[in-house]
Amino acid sequence: MSRQSTVDSRQGEHDHVVPVKVYLAVFVTLLVMTAATTVISGIDLGPWNTVVALVIAVFKASLVVLYFMHAKYSPRLIRVVIFGGIFWLAIMLTITFSDFVSRGWMS
Amino acid sequence: MADAAHEHAPARGGSGGLPPQGSAPPGRLQHHFESMAQQKEAASLGMWVFLVTEILFFGGLFLAYTIYRWEFSRAFAHASQHMDILLGTVNTAVLIFSSLTMAMAVHSAETGRKKLLIGFLVATMVLGAAFLGIKAVEYTDHFHHHLFPGPGFHYPVPADARAAELFFSLYFAMTGLHALHMIVGLGILTTLLVMAKRGAFTPEYNTPVEISGLYWHFVDIVWIFLFPLLYLIGRHLH
Repeated sequence: MSRQSTVDSRQGEHDHVVPVKVYLAVFVTLLVMTAATTVISGIDLGPWNTVVALVIAVFKASLVVLYFMHAKYSPRLIRVVIFGGIFWLAIMLTITFSDFVSRGWMS
Repeated sequence: MADAAHEHAPARGGSGGLPPQGSAPPGRLQHHFESMAQQKEAASLGMWVFLVTEILFFGGLFLAYTIYRWEFSRAFAHASQHMDILLGTVNTAVLIFSSLTMAMAVHSAETGRKKLLIGFLVATMVLGAAFLGIKAVEYTDHFHHHLFPGPGFHYPVPADARAAELFFSLYFAMTGLHALHMIVGLGILTTLLVMAKRGAFTPEYNTPVEISGLYWHFVDIVWIFLFPLLYLIGRHLH
């Protein structure tokens, strides 16, 4: 019974139809960010080139997840699953990479 | 509109004896769910769990890329200069455009506009096919320049050849796996198109469009990361 009530209390939120204006704004932002990342990659920023490229890519991906994939309007359970996926990816990347980078330190 | 749709719908759930509650149209609510909202939420959750496995699947390749790029950063940057940045940028825009049309297809299904839904599904397929076409042009160019890893690999700078071959191995593995996902996506869109033409989707029932959209957008996100990491890392060295 409690299962049903949690769903129903969110029903309005879950059935949310995202306005076309929001989709168009996200689309234009994604195109502008694509142009930005291409232009900035031509400027020599040293190691910061990669950082800037990744920050822009993460921003673009966040827009797609939040608006095109409706994460912003999804129930908390789905948002937890999305966060869990990204968090486990971060574990795999950071622990493996930190091991790899620090191997030379001991010898 | 809703009635026309359900003439073609298999009579599932509704035959269980108990009438579906609320505004649930008969035949679309499976008997083990309590409402259409709960059913849709379960389907979305399942799709997201699948996408999490996909994140970690591609994540392994991104990890391999990160480690080898750390090891051979200069050679990777130079190897990246063999990419056609114009084609890469255009393809990024094509894929982002296809995500917009996919989002609009979901919107059309949610608001019950069948003709618009069909139009946006076709547009998404056309853009997806255009992406694969441009990718094929790029692959042809790499083969022509002997940049495909293996016995035929030939690189203008012999000292960097091994590292460059690693870069191109990762390039073909990552973009190839991505292209495979695009091809699967086109198959899913074809199925949606047939279902949409039969009138299977209504404002009450459009879960297949919604969760296929999740998959399509995920493939777009993978490309959003592949593009700067494979095409743009050597550009500032020109």
